[in-house]
Amino acid sequence: MLNYHFDWSIITSGKYFDWLVSGLKTTLEISAVGIVGAFLIGLLIAVLKMSHFAPLRWAASAYLEFFRNTPLLVQIFFWYFGSYKILPAAVNDWLNNTNFEFAAAVLALTIYTSAFIAEDIRSGILSIPKEQMEAARSAGFSYLRSMQYIILPQAVRITVPPLVNQFLNLVKNSSLAMTIGVMEITYQARQVESYTFKGFEAFTAATVVYLTLSVTITAAMEFYNRRVLNPQRG
Amino acid sequence: MIKFQGVHKWFKALHVLNGIDLHVQKGEVLVVCGPSGSGKSTLIRTINRLEPIDQGTLIVDGMDLSHKKTDLNKLRAEVGFVFQQFNLYPHLSVIRNITLAPTKIRKTPTKEAEEQAMALLERVGLAIKRDAYPTELSGGQQQRVAIARALAMKPKIMLFDEPTSALDPEMIGEVLAVMQGLAGTGMTMVVVTHEMGFAREVADRIVFMDHGQILEEAKPEEFFKNPQHDRAKQFLKQLLSPMH
Ligand SMILES: Nc1ncnc2c1ncn2[C@@H]1O[C@H](COP(=O)(O)OP(=O)(O)OP(=O)(O)O)[C@@H](O)[C@H]1O
Ligand SMILES: [Mg+2]
Repeated sequence: MLNYHFDWSIITSGKYFDWLVSGLKTTLEISAVGIVGAFLIGLLIAVLKMSHFAPLRWAASAYLEFFRNTPLLVQIFFWYFGSYKILPAAVNDWLNNTNFEFAAAVLALTIYTSAFIAEDIRSGILSIPKEQMEAARSAGFSYLRSMQYIILPQAVRITVPPLVNQFLNLVKNSSLAMTIGVMEITYQARQVESYTFKGFEAFTAATVVYLTLSVTITAAMEFYNRRVLNPQRG
Repeated sequence: MIKFQGVHKWFKALHVLNGIDLHVQKGEVLVVCGPSGSGKSTLIRTINRLEPIDQGTLIVDGMDLSHKKTDLNKLRAEVGFVFQQFNLYPHLSVIRNITLAPTKIRKTPTKEAEEQAMALLERVGLAIKRDAYPTELSGGQQQRVAIARALAMKPKIMLFDEPTSALDPEMIGEVLAVMQGLAGTGMTMVVVTHEMGFAREVADRIVFMDHGQILEEAKPEEFFKNPQHDRAKQFLKQLLSPMH
């Protein structure tokens, strides 16, 4: 161990650098699609869970309990190894011509994270005084329009801190995609390590990538919260 | 304009509206008063169906509220409601508070809606606050914006549920002045209030409620000079006593 020679050049240029960059790109893609998808689905589930129509509420509850209470890795394996057995042939043909690992990993991450986001958004909605809904309904807005224009904009603002947490979790959890062969940054760092035995350098690179992503997301949300959602002076 | 016929409502075992018969004419200003818990808020909230009724008929602007098929959103667009706690939208500026419903529900073009909103802000004396946020305003200013917001939908009826009860005394006058101005334009108004000065000067009629019933219904001067019912006498005495 003491004789270990650091060689940072392998991760700053050349073939292995390219591998890491392509891993970074894949991680970015998974994260971006996952964050947008998980937010939108989470919003939908949160609204359904508060619906006045009981079957919609039950469906939303089932979704939440199911996806929050099973391990993410099992869900990834389920979509990757399990789903094609029950999907129609046409869908499978189409999937085989696309990047199936990628699709399965994004789907699993999106759905898993959306369940947590839905709960965060729901607590945000519940924290808005019921008088706001009354004011909106009195003005002539339907329930859904009241949600859209009056309740959700306020709820999302309150929900920003927990949302940041969920987004960061999604980014970090995306490393599990390597288990089904998605060539994201952790996978590529592992590859570099096995070709060069430069594990310290390779995983330092991966660490820096995750750290940078997390800090960027946190800062962006902070900015959004301050400039867009809370434009009040003082 | 508004017609209650034998209206009843219960909250579980509590008989909160007990056989209400009431007729409000177009352009009339009706003041509703009565002790706490007598059902005033519930009564006024049935008019735009924030509270559904359990029995009887209620007709507002020709729409039958006891009828399942009545389009509530259409009804509510015609009826402005002003709350005790203002309930402005805290995430929107004053001007957006006022233009939101006209642009989204009436589909008024933004520019036109903003011009109308500015005219309303002039009327309530708050044109300089167009870009302020509700938290930056005093209670009296918030309530005046809330009135402008309700008026922006060009309602046929305006409902006020204790619009000055949450205000510091020095701000009550500015809100009442706006309401008095509105009454002068011929607006049909139902006002729950304990501001007897306003009732005396502005109301066409006063109803006194207790335990979910209308005990007395009279012109202001009659009501103040010669209340018929013991409970009304007692209520007025309490209200006008220096202890209050
Ligand atoms: N949503 C509700 N569920 C159950 N009971 C209610 C509800 N709203 C009001 N009540 C009860 O109904 C009665 C009448 O209430 P209401 O708010 O109409 O009275 P009020 O005359 O407006 O009183 P105040 O002067 O205190 O505002 C009260 O006893 C109140 O506790
Ligand atoms: Mg009340």
